[in-house]
Order: sequence, then C-alpha cells, then structure tokens
Amino acid sequence: MKCVKIDKKLFAGGIERLQTSYRLFGPVKDNNFHDFQALHVGETPDPTMLNTRLSPKSIVYPQSELMFEYSLDDSKKDSHILKEIVADNSPRVVIGIRPCDAKAFLLVQHNFDTLEYKDPYWVRAYEATTFVGLACNTPCSTCFCTTAGSGPFHEAGSDVLLVDTGDYYVAKIITPKGENLFKLAGWEEEAGSDNAAGEIENLKQAAEARITTRVNTDKLREKRTTDLFDASFWEEFAFSCINCGTCTYVCPTCWCFDIQDEVSKTAGVRMRNWDSCMYPLFTYHGSGHNPRDNKTKRLRQRFMHKLKYYVDKYEKGIQCVGCGRCIRFCPVNIDIRKLCEAMNNFEPAQKSI
Amino acid sequence: MQNPYLPYPVRIDDIITETEDKNLKTFKLVFLNPADEENFSFQAGQFAELSIAGKGEIPIGIASSPTEKGFLAFTVNKVGLVTTHLHNMKVGDIMGVRGPFGNWYPWDLMENKNVVIIGGGFAFTTLRSSIVYMLDPANRSKFKDIHVIYGARTPGMLLYGDELSAWEKRDDINMHITVDATDDPDWKYNIGFVPTITDQKAPAGDENTYAIVCGPPIMIKFTQPVLDKLQYDHDHIIMSLEMRMKCGIGICGRCNIGKEYVCKDGPVFTLGQLNNMPKEY
Repeated sequence: MKCVKIDKKLFAGGIERLQTSYRLFGPVKDNNFHDFQALHVGETPDPTMLNTRLSPKSIVYPQSELMFEYSLDDSKKDSHILKEIVADNSPRVVIGIRPCDAKAFLLVQHNFDTLEYKDPYWVRAYEATTFVGLACNTPCSTCFCTTAGSGPFHEAGSDVLLVDTGDYYVAKIITPKGENLFKLAGWEEEAGSDNAAGEIENLKQAAEARITTRVNTDKLREKRTTDLFDASFWEEFAFSCINCGTCTYVCPTCWCFDIQDEVSKTAGVRMRNWDSCMYPLFTYHGSGHNPRDNKTKRLRQRFMHKLKYYVDKYEKGIQCVGCGRCIRFCPVNIDIRKLCEAMNNFEPAQKSI
Repeated sequence: MQNPYLPYPVRIDDIITETEDKNLKTFKLVFLNPADEENFSFQAGQFAELSIAGKGEIPIGIASSPTEKGFLAFTVNKVGLVTTHLHNMKVGDIMGVRGPFGNWYPWDLMENKNVVIIGGGFAFTTLRSSIVYMLDPANRSKFKDIHVIYGARTPGMLLYGDELSAWEKRDDINMHITVDATDDPDWKYNIGFVPTITDQKAPAGDENTYAIVCGPPIMIKFTQPVLDKLQYDHDHIIMSLEMRMKCGIGICGRCNIGKEYVCKDGPVFTLGQLNNMPKEY
C-alpha cells in the first residue's frame, strides 16, 4: 500500500488546490461543538477535534432532502405529475472523518443499495463522495469501536487514512478515488514505506490500548428473537427514557426516514426527512392502532434493530460502530454498552413443563 | 438509475361507492403511459402506494386481478389526509401509483389444493383479486374446491355486491356470505360472525387445504381457535398484515416485525411464520 507524507505546513495548500475539483466538507468548531460543514476557501479541518457532535451522515443523506417536484396548476400540461429532483452530485470530499463514521456508511449501504432496490439519492451521493479518514490518536472515554467492528485506525470505508504523527500526516492511500484526490492536492511525497508502516503501527497500538470499554456481541446471533423481545429488562432500561430521539439523530448508522409533501400555492415538492423510532407517530396506523404505543416498545425497537435484527438480516455484525455519541448525548444516560451486555448475556427463564 | 419512489402517472377512470356508509370507494385507475402497465406486473395479494401530489402516499392492496387488463382497482376506506382527499377526487383526475410491492399469496403452493378464503369487513380487497384470479378460465382448473367465507356488519357494508351475487350462482365456488345482523326480511344468506360461520361451513384442515385469512384484528383473534379446532396446520394458514408504511420497498425502516419488513418481506405471512416473530403488529 502506498504511503504519502504530508508536511503539516503544506496541508492547507493542498486543501486549497482541492477546492477547484471538489466540494469540501470537514470538522469545524461551532460554539462548543465540532460539526461537519462545507469548508470555504481558506478554511481547513480543525485539528483539535476529537469527534463531531453529529455524525457526517448528512453529507450523503441530508436531514431533509427534496425528491420530487410538481405543479398543482391545472392549466399546465403536466400538473399533478411528479418529476425527479436530482441534487448536486458533483464530486465532494469529506476530510477528517473518523474511522468509525467512515465504517458506518458501509453498514448503512446494506439498506440503501441492494440488489432489489437502489435508493438513487443515497447511492448517487455516496458514489460522488471521497472519504479522507483521520485516525484517532486520542479516543474518547465512551469509544468502544474496537469491539464494534471498527477501530481508531480502521480503514474500511475510507479512501485514504491520515495518521497524525506530529509534524507530518502520513497517509495510507486505500482506493483509486483516494489516489486521485491526493494527486489533485499535490500531496505526492512518498513516505519510506517500512518506516511509515512501523510508525503507524506504534500509534495504532497506543490508541487501541486507550480504548478500555468494550461490548460483547458474540452470543447475539444465537439468541432467539422472541426470547430477547420478551425479556424482562426492557422496562428497566426504558424507565428513564424520554423518547427525545437524540440517539437516533446523532447516530451514524440510524437511517429511518419519513416522506412528506409540501405545497406553496400551486408548486409542490415531495421530500424525505430523518425520522426516529423513538416517536409514537412513527408506527401510528390510520385506524388509531399503534403497535409501538409506549416508550418501552420504542426503545426496544431501537436496540433490537441495532443489535439483533440487523445482525440476523445481513450477517455483518451489529449496526453500531462504537462511536459513543448516543452515550455522550443521551440526556438520561442510557448506555448502549449496557443494553448490549444484557442482550448478549440474556438467558430466558426455563419453561416449566 | 431507476427511481423506486417515482409514481407512474394514472388517471381515475371510474369511482364506485361500495358501502352504505359511503366510506368505501373503489377507484379504477388507468396508466397514462401504456408501457407503465407492462412494468406493473403483479400477483394477487400484492399492494401499491397510491400517490396524490400535494398530499402524500398510502399503501393499499390491489383489488383488481392480474387477469383483468387495462386498469388497476383499489378499494379505499376514508380514514386520514390522503384517503379523504382521494374520496373527493373525480373521474379524469390525475394521480400516481407506485409498485407493485410486497409478496403475494403462495399461488404455486396452492396449486391442486383446496383454498378457503376467510375475510371480514373492508379487508376483502386482495381477496377479491384472488377470487377473480382463481375463477379465471385459464386458472380455475389449477385449484380444487374453493370456499369463501365473507362477512360484514350489515348487508350494505359488503363490498362488491354484484360480484358476490354472481359468484353465489356459480357451482365452482362455495360462497358463505354472512352479516353480523340484519332486519332485512329478504336477506337470504347467513347471519353470524365470521368465526362462527367458519366453524359451520369451512372444510376440515388437511395437507391439501389452505386458508387465507384477512380481516380486522378481532375477527382474526376469534377465527384462529376455530381453524385450530378444524386442524389447520399453521403453515397452511395464510395472513396478510397491515402496517404504517412510507417507502414500500424495505428502506425507510418503520414497518418491521422483527427483522422482516411488512412492505417487502410481507405483507403475506403464514401463521407458522408469525408464531416465530415478535408479537408487535
């Protein structure tokens, strides 16, 4: 694998050159938090960031996205007929995405990009995006990526992985997309590969050693869905939940959406908006019946989806990359690691014969 | 890339008020582009998303049969924003259809078998599609005895009245129409709830008999013990579920029961399958 060395003094210049070929997104500090935003000319990703408050999923999958437009003016020939709105799918690059968030796109891809149906909005945006990962030298206390199918130096989902070695970034070029981007940036000084590989390996081991919390997921697959579903612990975990939905909005792997029409005079659009299984309307039937009519059922759905249904459906592990955002931002301290532990260790009471 | 969210444009060709409370209307829809009709190839038991620009979409079972060409029919109960708007639309108005979506009744498994259709209320739509499909001259010989147990609250709440009368007259289908109650002296069919009539009229279950059950939850709840008494295998009891849906293609995430999406992996499940799924519907 090719490794490139970037003197940090030359980093901003390369970013500047990329502005002509890509739309750039990177972590920027906004009040007290970092979030991914479009980088304007002269701006560079903030190197002090640990991770952003919201995941970068909105760069591929906006919180609100127009799908179709139409006219309700009956004097027009095509009134009431929907026409597709194709968004700006020009090449874009996400610089400084953490390995967990880059991996998350691969988990979500199993939902949006299938053999049967392709979600054209998600697929086009994803294909237009190049991901420049930034390895984590300083993981947070809530990170558990190493046991959630990812890791601070994980490469899956990134086109390039940057490693901060002090005065330099060492970049591992992973895909042709990444190689092309580096050419356009003018970052082409090859790092002596043995040296670079050793340096990266040392940093990686140090970072992994800092991640001390873990989840055990080895027994989730073998549990019976109905046993877990009927487990007695849901009530206790849901007791403090206020169904605010924060966990689903900050999560890089939550993908559920709603579709709504909006009309102004005779011009209308159909759009989709992020939705959340935490909300009662999510499953509310026209008849008034609601299969998830209380918060315990809604909380159960979220964790069963991530830690059981997804595991069984795709056989690609859990629908979680261990970024820890839901733990950090939950107002009532619900911790997915504890839920996972309870599910992985669950044994149904012996049925009396 | 094909956009699975884009509806085919259709024109409302006919509107039939089905029930005495006027809350159920059948809409016959004709594709504006003939090529779209060919792409919309479906089987009895599937559903579609009806799209109304400015209002939204609703998932509705297809009431016409694949053997009926040139149109699609949907019988719609007036419930919310989209259905209320649809009930006020007129012949000639333009709307949209997406689909067909979901799985269908297992027609291949039911070949050379007896088929017992048990329906209640306005859940009879895909059952109508199924009956018309099975009675088609090209298909009737593929099935053995056909029984239909169909009930509504009153005679005026039965869907497809003319067709029910026509089927009553045939000797290749056993009709058992019933109403919960009526004071109509001319009512010549059954009186009683669907589970009771099922108990009296349905053939006993065996390996050559399948039951398709569609109706309100209360009917399903009381029909199941009757079918157990008649010794129907749970893999031979076929049900169609409803759920709040948006995308119709298993992507938007709201209609799951366990790992199955009702819109894509359903809406048709056997009772045997449902027994192993969470009770969350």
